Amino acid sequence: MKPFDYASPSTIQEATALLEQHGDNAKVLAGGTDIIVQLREGLRDAEIVIDVKKIPELTALDLCSENGLTLGASTPCCDVYETPDVAAAYPALADSAHIVGGWQIQSRASVGGNLCNSSPAADTIPSLIAHNATCLIEGPSGSREVAAQDFCTAPGRNVLEAGELLVTLKLPAVSDSESSAYERFIPRNEMDIAVAGAASWIKLGDEGNIAAARIALSAVAATPQFAQEASEFLVGKAPTEENFAQAGELAKSVASPIDDMRGTVEYRVNLVGVLVKRTLATALARIQKDG
Amino acid sequence: MANKRHVSTTINGEPKEFLCAPHESLLEVLRDNLGLTGSKEGCNNGNCGACTVILNGRPVDSCLVLGVEVEGAEVETVEGIADRNELHPVQECFLEGAALQCGICTPGFLVASKALLEKNPDACEHTIRYNLAGNLCRCTGYDKIVRAVQDAGARMAESN
Amino acid sequence: MIKNNGNGEYRVLGTRPVRHDGADKVTGKAVYTADVQLPGMLRGFILRSPIAHGRIKSIDTSAAKTTPGVHAVITSADMPDVGDKVADLGEGAVNLKYLSGNVLAQDKVLYKGHAVAAVAAVDIHVAEEAAKKIVVEYEELPSVTWVLDAMQDDAPLLHEDLHTDSMGAKSENPSNICTHMHFEKGDIEDGFAQCDIVVEREFKTASVHQGYIEPHASVGDWNEDGRLRIWTATQGSFTARQQTAEVLQIPISDVVVTPCEIGGGFGGKIAVYLEPIVGMLSKLSGRPVKISMTRADVFEATGPTPGSYMKVKLGATSEGKLVAGEAWLAYDAGGYPGGMIGPGCMCVFSCYDIEHAVVDGYDVCVNKPNTQAYRAPGATQVAFATEQLVDEIAKQIGMCPLSIRQLNAAKEGTVRVDGPKYPPVGLVECLDALEDSDHWKSTLEGPLRGRGIAAGFWFGCGLKSCATVTVNHDGTVNLLEGSTDIGGSRTSLAMQLAEVLGITSDDVNPMVGDTDSVGYTDVTGGSRVTFATGLAAYTAGRDLQTQMISRAAEEVWDCSPDEVTLESDGRFTHNDESKTFKELAAQLFKHGEPLVARAAVSPENPTNGFGVHVADVEVDPETGKVTVLRYTTIQDAGKAVHPSYVEGQLQGGTVQGIGWALNEEYFYHDNDTVANASFLDYRMPTMLDLPMIDTIIVEAANPDHPYGVRGVGETPIVPPPAALANAIYNATGTRMEQLPMSPPVLWKQLQTESTEA
Repeated sequence: MKPFDYASPSTIQEATALLEQHGDNAKVLAGGTDIIVQLREGLRDAEIVIDVKKIPELTALDLCSENGLTLGASTPCCDVYETPDVAAAYPALADSAHIVGGWQIQSRASVGGNLCNSSPAADTIPSLIAHNATCLIEGPSGSREVAAQDFCTAPGRNVLEAGELLVTLKLPAVSDSESSAYERFIPRNEMDIAVAGAASWIKLGDEGNIAAARIALSAVAATPQFAQEASEFLVGKAPTEENFAQAGELAKSVASPIDDMRGTVEYRVNLVGVLVKRTLATALARIQKDG
Repeated sequence: MANKRHVSTTINGEPKEFLCAPHESLLEVLRDNLGLTGSKEGCNNGNCGACTVILNGRPVDSCLVLGVEVEGAEVETVEGIADRNELHPVQECFLEGAALQCGICTPGFLVASKALLEKNPDACEHTIRYNLAGNLCRCTGYDKIVRAVQDAGARMAESN
Repeated sequence: MIKNNGNGEYRVLGTRPVRHDGADKVTGKAVYTADVQLPGMLRGFILRSPIAHGRIKSIDTSAAKTTPGVHAVITSADMPDVGDKVADLGEGAVNLKYLSGNVLAQDKVLYKGHAVAAVAAVDIHVAEEAAKKIVVEYEELPSVTWVLDAMQDDAPLLHEDLHTDSMGAKSENPSNICTHMHFEKGDIEDGFAQCDIVVEREFKTASVHQGYIEPHASVGDWNEDGRLRIWTATQGSFTARQQTAEVLQIPISDVVVTPCEIGGGFGGKIAVYLEPIVGMLSKLSGRPVKISMTRADVFEATGPTPGSYMKVKLGATSEGKLVAGEAWLAYDAGGYPGGMIGPGCMCVFSCYDIEHAVVDGYDVCVNKPNTQAYRAPGATQVAFATEQLVDEIAKQIGMCPLSIRQLNAAKEGTVRVDGPKYPPVGLVECLDALEDSDHWKSTLEGPLRGRGIAAGFWFGCGLKSCATVTVNHDGTVNLLEGSTDIGGSRTSLAMQLAEVLGITSDDVNPMVGDTDSVGYTDVTGGSRVTFATGLAAYTAGRDLQTQMISRAAEEVWDCSPDEVTLESDGRFTHNDESKTFKELAAQLFKHGEPLVARAAVSPENPTNGFGVHVADVEVDPETGKVTVLRYTTIQDAGKAVHPSYVEGQLQGGTVQGIGWALNEEYFYHDNDTVANASFLDYRMPTMLDLPMIDTIIVEAANPDHPYGVRGVGETPIVPPPAALANAIYNATGTRMEQLPMSPPVLWKQLQTESTEA
């Protein structure tokens, strides 16, 4: 491993100042489960690593019935699924957090880090998109907000500019008539990168039809995808197997996967249909169970 | 060129200080600086669990933690599981149940299993398999490990 | 005369004592090679080829050599020229030019990851950064990784001086085909003419790796007295010593190898990779040097098992009697000649009594890492083929898959295609145990669920083992033996010694010696340790008893030795006086010389381990994913010395076989470099992927061992891919002809077949 320097600022200002000062030569360290591997293998470079885990805002985990979830960017995945209220309110996110690597990875890896690593196959990003999450970013020129679905721009790349730091993720408050699910396909049962993944969030109206839906996909395009057409199709429809299957078919239109050792184009597109259908059914079952 | 940092931490309940460069992992520090070679390197990228230690109460892959990150933290390794020279139930059950063959994955399994059982002593087979999926074993086929963890949970519950 | 104690009732054998090295292994105290720390020790890093095939035009190490903290840099230019010699390493012969070339590439690199240079420095990071400064100029050559492609006349040639050896005759032109083997029995044309049913299929299997969790590691200290000390992760300290000495061209007696505790081998830690390198780096730097491979190095540059192409044909009568079999097998050997085709040829029909057979096998070089043994090397591939054809015949004639195997099972007197005739063996007993098992009797219900069975065989060898026994004043004994302990074998050896002497397992202190301290012992491999080194321990025990009879006669009872009786429980009696082993040993210790006993054995006959497996699966047709619902492994152990560890061998081998069947394979980029050299994408089973693995141990005693022991370690990996393929067929009606039967492949095949239907 090439040597690098290390800083552990305790405020956002200190962190953004360091990021601005070092530019591309700095890398943020949250859980380390991606960045340390990348530095070790020479896939990314750093002259200084900036550990953000001492900054209070970045390790926040607050759930408020009115404002929803405030999730610090370096809060580890295990906090998400081990906090019962959070897991119950945002099941897709809990599903994702619970399958990133194994327990040892989940103890360290963060949802924010998963987002900033910006892998097309990231497990938590579809869940963030499905829940319409907002990313709060701080930088030298102040703060800004970006929708989770707009955060990634290309494999490994995102909207963060020089000196900017992802601080928190905000997920809207939820009600009893909505729920979500994330499922990915992997060849084993754990420890694999997603061949394809889908997150579905649905909200039922008073008459039992779908009032709102958001479907998002991982590993089937250069960035995680919001399946707009499939999501809009479901609005006003009954939550039936047929409609879920149809949504799955429509979701395939935003999938443009590649052939690689994890799957062929044809196989991945097939999986989109299967996973969207299954996550919609799971989300529905969760609403019915809790309601 | 980065200089070595001075780190003060607690390992297996004892205060420890060491020097390390920022790019050295906790696993390297434990093994090369502190002589605690119980934690093993199997892959160095978080895919096998042979380097599992407990960091502030949670099991982590120490190959993916920097040595400098444990300033002020509490680290528990396999060397701290036994109580002086009395084996912990999880260690006893692994031995009695023949839940190891070559033994290289055993430290990682013991640390992770102990953490699991302290959180969830009644863990059923599925929960055990789910939580320990990050620990690879190539020798045993896992059967006896699962049984040893179940037995250890029962034994720990008895003594409480 | 070899006689069982007490008509097969044992005091120690069959019990489950805690292993002697247990406390060290669960406290982190056990010293594996990477744990070794010596004063002044340097760390080494190896620079490897980035391309799959090329000529090395130049190597400039000057920038690395002058980097602060670097103490030595070597390439093959610093290693002696070993010539074209073949050395006998016990479990096989090896061409030293190939061995040496694999350790450090000479004129060519033959696979991505081939070692090219090595650096020793003050720490691993300095060594790694310095290695990046070494400039290697390659002339890149076209490469080939699929065995059939490599056999073509116009294939890129790996070795310009390699000619095909076809049963003694050398081909005129150079070739990637190293060897062609041919075996036959009976009259194949006549045989097939008698058949009412003939099935034939082509199969392909991908390269898979042993996947041991401990990467290779070695420490070398070229001592000031000229002796090279090596600590290493090896399955055979004596063969490691010999290989290291040969590659470095120093006398074998100048090398002493200490086998550290080892984190798995499965056949992959017999060939040396690092030992000569750390030796040479130590010689040049004057300091001890440790090198531990990275996980990527392990996948790219050690010894996976061959990938294969197999065309197998099987014929039977309409009553299900197998009459004729034909196999054409091509196994890749990796970068250098000498792969596993031999055992493949011998095993393809080894479970059945088939009168007429022809087998042709080809060992073929390809631009992949040099293949090594992987637990029953070569047998799993052919079982995948033959066991499915047996099932196919059974299906066509409406016969139960168990019945057809019972009808045709190999037994005493069956002659294998390569010539040997089986002594009493246990396949029939295993099939009967399967028939009686809960698993077989249980009903499997539900759509897309299926059950499959398969049989498997491995030879289990004898080879040489030594043991020394010394007696302590309290009658406990120390057992020094030379078999490196990968899975708890030191305890099964201690148990056999304890059994013969009439003491307990805890009364024996077993120790694995280094090459200076114990007599020559062949590798821990070939399923031989509990059998052959156990025989050595037993024989040393008998030697001890013989000495004690003589000394008791002289020192205790003042009689002639034939008036002292050795009872079957280890007591020594004279008239109406009786002394246990411990009592007599303590008494003799007080009065005369210490007691030291020894044995050196070299049993010749294989132990012939047969097994049968049953697997229940469920297939998800939308994704092609296979879930293993239930699995039972049944195997003949002859006599299970420590049942827990025999079960462990059965379960561990089975799970490796399940991984091989469902997900493990080497993926290649277009430029023939490995795409998945990590545990992330080389997908070995995690515990979440498996059910419990039930085991049934059959004991059909081996007449060549005092306790009937047969080797068990390797056979369990042979049946799983076939059992799972047969189960998948039972669940879906689709027959899988390639390994692994991974989700995308199974899904596509199910899709294609349903479209065609």
